[in-house]
Amino acid sequence: MSSPKESLLVIEAGSGRRQFLKDLWEYRELFLFLSWRDILVRYKQAVLGVLWSVLRPLLTIVIFTLVFGRLAKLPSQGVPYAILVFAAMLPWQLFASSLSESSNSLLGNANLISKIYFPRLIIPVSSIMASLLDFLISLALLLGLTAWYHCLPDGRILFVPIFLLLALLLALGCGFWFSALNVKYRDFRYIVPFIVQFGLYISPVGFSSGIIPGRWRLLYSLNPLAGIIDGFRWSLLRGRAEVYWPGFWLSLLLVLLIFVSGLIYFRRTERYFADII
Amino acid sequence: MEPIIRVTDLGKKYIIRHSRRSRYETLRDTLASRAKRLLAMADAPKREEFWALRDISFEVRPGDKLGIIGRNGAGKTTLLKILSRITEPSEGRAEICGRVASLLEVGTGFHPELTGRENIFLNGAILGMRHREIVRKFDEIVAFAEVEQFLDTPVKRYSSGMYVRLAFAVAAHLEPEILLIDEVLAVGDAEFQKKCLGKMGEVAGQGRTILFVSHNMGAIANLCPRTIWLEKGEIAFAGSSHEAITKYIARGAEAQGEAIWTDVETAPGNENVRLKAVRIKSAGGVTADVLIDREIEIEIDYWNLKPGQSLYTGVQVRDKLNSIVFVSVNWPSANLSRDEWAGKPLPKGLFRSTCRIPANFFNNESFSIDVGITNARDEWQDINGNGVISFVVHETGEMKKEYAKGWAGVIRPKLAWSTNLLNEDG
Repeated sequence: MSSPKESLLVIEAGSGRRQFLKDLWEYRELFLFLSWRDILVRYKQAVLGVLWSVLRPLLTIVIFTLVFGRLAKLPSQGVPYAILVFAAMLPWQLFASSLSESSNSLLGNANLISKIYFPRLIIPVSSIMASLLDFLISLALLLGLTAWYHCLPDGRILFVPIFLLLALLLALGCGFWFSALNVKYRDFRYIVPFIVQFGLYISPVGFSSGIIPGRWRLLYSLNPLAGIIDGFRWSLLRGRAEVYWPGFWLSLLLVLLIFVSGLIYFRRTERYFADII
Repeated sequence: MEPIIRVTDLGKKYIIRHSRRSRYETLRDTLASRAKRLLAMADAPKREEFWALRDISFEVRPGDKLGIIGRNGAGKTTLLKILSRITEPSEGRAEICGRVASLLEVGTGFHPELTGRENIFLNGAILGMRHREIVRKFDEIVAFAEVEQFLDTPVKRYSSGMYVRLAFAVAAHLEPEILLIDEVLAVGDAEFQKKCLGKMGEVAGQGRTILFVSHNMGAIANLCPRTIWLEKGEIAFAGSSHEAITKYIARGAEAQGEAIWTDVETAPGNENVRLKAVRIKSAGGVTADVLIDREIEIEIDYWNLKPGQSLYTGVQVRDKLNSIVFVSVNWPSANLSRDEWAGKPLPKGLFRSTCRIPANFFNNESFSIDVGITNARDEWQDINGNGVISFVVHETGEMKKEYAKGWAGVIRPKLAWSTNLLNEDG
């Protein structure tokens, strides 16, 4: 597409796989445009716009703080309970909304897929960009809240991008799986909201993972979000929330496993998308 | 000159599963059928291979305009989808040397919430334009679409005409070496279609290579010197457009133009009357492709199963939007000629009613026919005769000697005109 006189394009069975990386680069503008579209549409459709993306996690934080912090009186590791919840809410909200958006993204763009060629991977990846923007807004809000409580993060905040990357990889890996499965099995979409609802309670969002008894910790880390959330708390709360390292490595391994397997499954099934969508 | 597109033994296979109840698989059904098979309660679902395309080979040189014709399901769209890489072939290969843009449907990727301006950029990117290319052509696109005042209005507030104009305008300003076009001209009002055809001619004149799929034989003949005729996934003929169109229409005469039910037990109808056949005859043969300057006969064969009842036969002709063009029944007062059985007590047996439609009556469009049979008490019989048969009226140029462009309207009757001088003034 770039130069007018370009090399020969060969189309045959399986040719799409060989030109994959080249295509991803050539279609980078489309990726930006689709991300831009999703963000634009999202903020146009909601009446409250940006406010809504902030309000939703804030309300959840208030509820969790009241229920777990005030009523259940769970330990807060020396930081205000709202901050403890907020630091976990960041990766959780990013994961949950990315997963919901990306798993429906292929079906939502069915008309594009059946009419135009482009690397299909662009669709689920661009669909999470709006969630990433929400994340950045929430992060700014958290910093404001920590300033209010006089517990601003220290230098450990520089590690946030690493944990952010892990959360994104996990959301993308799940997104690849579910979006591709959604194309093939139309009843798969009922599973995702269930996972999101369920996950909020089995992940250490409303409470610190420190309350899990030591011998169950490794088992608990089979939920890869546990390690990621611990990491966020550690880097945003001046290291007051300890990272349970064996669990973290297990989470890391699981994240990579889900991401790579999701990518492979997506790549293996994508050439049928246009035929069955 | 080296070919710009070389297609060799291209084929596309689909697997059809017969056990499927709906269009889509569901996890529930898949799990249930796996479980059943495990328990040996059901056979493996029947799979059948279906070749949408097979053994397709052709070459296109730079600047060629190639038409592709064929019936619905002949593989035309599949071929374009393979060449534009939307779907992969199952066998064979295609080599393409140049940037390809496909107009499989205008307006792909338009988002109703976004404004006209935003959609131009988005749609341009989807069709493969670079950002700076869109910026360069932005004014030209807006002017062509005639939507200047509505640029910052969400397209969901656009009229359908404005929507289509904007969509086509973006697509028309692509600058690929190879343009794949599938029936895009079947949109918009007549005025805009003319503008589109003009733009297509202009694009063609710039030495671009075009593959053009259409049911509009006139547009194919105008735009493309060469045409491929696809039939059941294979090339039935490749050569000059004139020859291809003539052969395609002649072949249509053998294949279609009648619907027949041979078994009196299962034919559509009830205990009083059943349909045996409905056919279109023109120019001496049974055909679904009629020429505009020939008379058309609609023949309705039916079994009368109840001796002594009297029946009337009727037809209803619909245009491609399914609006009724006219209704005609052989009631004596509505009949231009004389029908000796109409309204008479009929013996048990096979009857044929024929309705004649004069030449130069329809416009060159496609039409479908509903058949109805009623008795003397105006009780229409349940013969399920809606849309039993359809036909396409083809242009011959008979009425276009003075005005060669498209005529508006679903019918184009040749009527009697006269002009008299009433008062000579100086």
